Amino acid sequence: MVETHRTGEIPNQVRIPWDTAIRLSWTGLKRRIFRSMITISGVVLAIAFLAYMTINEAIVGALVASNDPMLDTLLQQRGVDIFAGGEMDQMLKLLIGLALLTATAGILNAMLMSVTERIKEIGTLKCLGASDPFIIKAYLIESALQGGVGALLGVVIGTLVAVAINLQNYGNHVLGSFPWAPIGRAIFMAFCCGIVITVVAALAPAWSAARKEPVDALRIDE
Amino acid sequence: MTAETLTDDQADQRIVIRAIDVKRYYGEGESLTRALDGITLDIYRGEYLSIMGPSGSGKSTLFNMIGGLDSPTGGMVFIDEIDMAQLDAFELAWMRCNKIGYIFQSYNILPILTALENVTMPMMFAGMSQDEAREKGAEILTRVGLGDRIFHRPFELSGGQQQRVAVARALANDPVIILADEPTANLDVKTGEEMIELLHGLKEERHITVISATHDMKMLDVSDRILWIRDGKVHRLKKRSELDIQVGGIAGGH
Repeated sequence: MVETHRTGEIPNQVRIPWDTAIRLSWTGLKRRIFRSMITISGVVLAIAFLAYMTINEAIVGALVASNDPMLDTLLQQRGVDIFAGGEMDQMLKLLIGLALLTATAGILNAMLMSVTERIKEIGTLKCLGASDPFIIKAYLIESALQGGVGALLGVVIGTLVAVAINLQNYGNHVLGSFPWAPIGRAIFMAFCCGIVITVVAALAPAWSAARKEPVDALRIDE
Repeated sequence: MTAETLTDDQADQRIVIRAIDVKRYYGEGESLTRALDGITLDIYRGEYLSIMGPSGSGKSTLFNMIGGLDSPTGGMVFIDEIDMAQLDAFELAWMRCNKIGYIFQSYNILPILTALENVTMPMMFAGMSQDEAREKGAEILTRVGLGDRIFHRPFELSGGQQQRVAVARALANDPVIILADEPTANLDVKTGEEMIELLHGLKEERHITVISATHDMKMLDVSDRILWIRDGKVHRLKKRSELDIQVGGIAGGH
């Protein structure tokens, strides 16, 4: 006979398979590579800009600090305020902030669209037994992976451009006082920044994806 | 009475889904729609039940109710003796993962994954190791006739083959129930017949309960019982044997 309660056989703790979430996200990215590249282009540009500006600041700062009168003249010719130690002014910082914000909005938009597009896929996953936290994790991992790739590309581009321009402007002076530590810090910061903004931008879409009902998988309209 | 002493007929009387006065209303006041208006139904283990009814009859709503995909406005649904209303989100996910296999009209194969990865996905949710899952997945895919296509992606497979992947995926965690929503609607006649044959064969060999919403008259031939829904109510519920006598013409002229 049917009892009213018999939930005992259902385990209390349902394991969230992290490795499955990672594999699903990674496979999804690999096989939708073209689409992913468009999504991350904003991050690449913003992080390249951030990396370029901070590395440029580090290099110019090191040149100013070397206190070479010949070099000072050269720096001033290039419009560097040597009395400010080559530091960025407020306007530039604002500009970087805006670039990062725009990139965040771009990712947010792309992720929201991808949730709408994949509503059936999400419903199907839920029918197969995916829990809400699993869906959230899959989305956040996907975003973090995209952010990682985008930030890496951005950092590489930004660093190369910054070093190349400064080499062209100041020649061997740059190599003479190459600020390894500040540049390393700048690269690390820019990379982390890229991942943080993509994950933050994916929070709301991931949440909305997890709240989709499995019934949506049954809708016939493609 | 123990299981061994049961005759075939009696063994089939073990209830796997019990719906008691299930109601599902949408909207309120003037615009209240009674999609399901008090359905009471027992579904037995190992039976093949076809649900028929015109669109808008409440067929899909009933299907969602007994699949744990939607909760009723009134009444109760028990699946394998578990009261679905008592379950939280995690327990519902566990039920979907372990007790029920879903087959959809539009296949719903995850496009980014291979046939094998699609089949192993529910096993991963159930906590199986990857190696174990791959082995079992390949075995099931071979059973449904796709042994040579386990690494193919959905776009490399025909509709019938994709639906076979869906059947294999539904079988992944040895479910008690397979819910098939118009499984043959997108297939041509011959492929559709093969699909019906496959589902019927699986039901026989694994003693799974197959519940299928359908318009497909050929499906009636393999069904043990047929349920007609009209205006959210049980219109008729017949065993196939009764049906043959009463409306033999409908069952496909045999």
